[in-house]
Amino acid sequence: MNAQYVLGLGDDCLISSHRLAEWSGRAPGLEEDVALANIALDQLGQARMLLQHAGSLLGQTEDELAYLRGEREFRNVQLAELPNGDFGHTIARLLCFSSYQVALYSGLAAGPDPALAAIAGKAVKEVRYHRDYASQWTRRLGDGTAESHRRMAAGLAAVWPYTYELFEDRHAEPVPGLTRAGWLSDVGAVLTAATLEVPADDGWHPTGGRDGLHTEALGYLLAEMQHLHRAHPGATW
Amino acid sequence: MNRPQQQFDDLIAADERIEPRDWMPEGYRRTLIRQMAQHAHSEIIGMQPEANWITRAPSLRRKAILIAKVQDEAGHGLYLYAAAETLGVRREDLLDALHTGRQRYSSIFNYPTLTWADVGAIGWLVDGAAIVNQVPICRSSYGPYARAMVRICKEESFHQRQGFELLHTLAHGTPEQHAMAQDAVDRWWWPSLMMFGPPDAESTHGEQSMAWKIKRHSNDELRQRFVDMTVPQASALGLSLPDPSLRFEAGHWVYGEIDWDEFAQVLAGNGPCNRQRLEHRRAAHDDGAWVREAADAYAAKHEAAA
Repeated sequence: MNAQYVLGLGDDCLISSHRLAEWSGRAPGLEEDVALANIALDQLGQARMLLQHAGSLLGQTEDELAYLRGEREFRNVQLAELPNGDFGHTIARLLCFSSYQVALYSGLAAGPDPALAAIAGKAVKEVRYHRDYASQWTRRLGDGTAESHRRMAAGLAAVWPYTYELFEDRHAEPVPGLTRAGWLSDVGAVLTAATLEVPADDGWHPTGGRDGLHTEALGYLLAEMQHLHRAHPGATW
Repeated sequence: MNRPQQQFDDLIAADERIEPRDWMPEGYRRTLIRQMAQHAHSEIIGMQPEANWITRAPSLRRKAILIAKVQDEAGHGLYLYAAAETLGVRREDLLDALHTGRQRYSSIFNYPTLTWADVGAIGWLVDGAAIVNQVPICRSSYGPYARAMVRICKEESFHQRQGFELLHTLAHGTPEQHAMAQDAVDRWWWPSLMMFGPPDAESTHGEQSMAWKIKRHSNDELRQRFVDMTVPQASALGLSLPDPSLRFEAGHWVYGEIDWDEFAQVLAGNGPCNRQRLEHRRAAHDDGAWVREAADAYAAKHEAAA
């Protein structure tokens, strides 16, 4: 399996986890603080397994990959790096991302690379829970109050253009069962139950993450994430 | 003496547990609510100084450990609010008391975490002090509090070991890392001694709480226990403690004068981070109001439909 592809999947998890962890101590309630941290930890665990796997092919450690690459070397989809916004934005991003990961990992778990299949087989159970969590909150927010409906719809509209990139990975072999149509049917069912509409396709499909082209937001995320590690070259933590 | 009071006194005397449905004196109930709420508030305010370093943790392993630790603190807050609710108060009212300054949280969290080493110093010293304070509460006379504390203490001792290990790595790392660790210990040592509260002679709640077996040891006893436990650990770390008068005498480590004026100032709201911590907490609560309202509205709709 191509190392750049595995690196991309690992970066998706690493960056998404970082964003979710930014909620620590500021979630809408204690239960949500616990749940978001839990998901962030699952994603970080997946990131570490994937980066270790990529690193074994590239001759680098997980920390070298996480802390010593620059903006243009990160291969995550742009969806993962989008700033949190309000809780509705975060839930919209998580719903879209975790629904993609469920199909992705299900396909990879049965795929030809045994190391990747083992990682995916473990991770698929976790991302099913993430999708359930995001689905439940999408329903509560969509079908809660007028205010929450408005915010959830706004969050969804903001992240939607970035979901096209999930299915445009030209570095990857096709993963069985991973298609936009299948994803749309899963996510669409959640949105319908939440009294929300599937956002219209206005033709804007930002992309490039897998080639190291990102939004401006990633540079700030990496500056924060990497500064301490980079300030002490060669140190052990 | 009336019968319920007699039964209560007998249970306390026999070292048995008071349970939510048992009769209890109003003062006992009020003391417990105050103490458990303050403890719960400390857990959730205590998330802030450590969450401050999650996004900058210098390795993925440390980042995972830190996220899990802050998550544990949210979990401790949850158990403790739930335990307090068995006494007939509601979590939202307790949170309101925190947000409006009517109830307190541990003063230690009003100090800033300025470097990565502070995460280790909090684990080693602050969680270490918390354990010394909390282990006796596992035998508190109030059942739900005692049971919550058993679980919390297990997790705290895990956190304390992680903090020690973090500092040990820094203390044995580069000269810059060693200096960072020493600086953190220098800043956190005295505030952690203050965590045990005022000297026994000036403690306001002590005696009655001891009689009710809510509290088992005096502030000074617990403080001494912490110092005796911690001094040898500091030398194992290869770090010094910022107290030139520290000396071993008659089986105990004798420590210098604690700056009780500083303690009083922080308690009065004038520590470096008092305002920041409360503002952060209020903002998180206010920003989340629409989410909680949505969840209530959704539950009401779907209950009505079911």
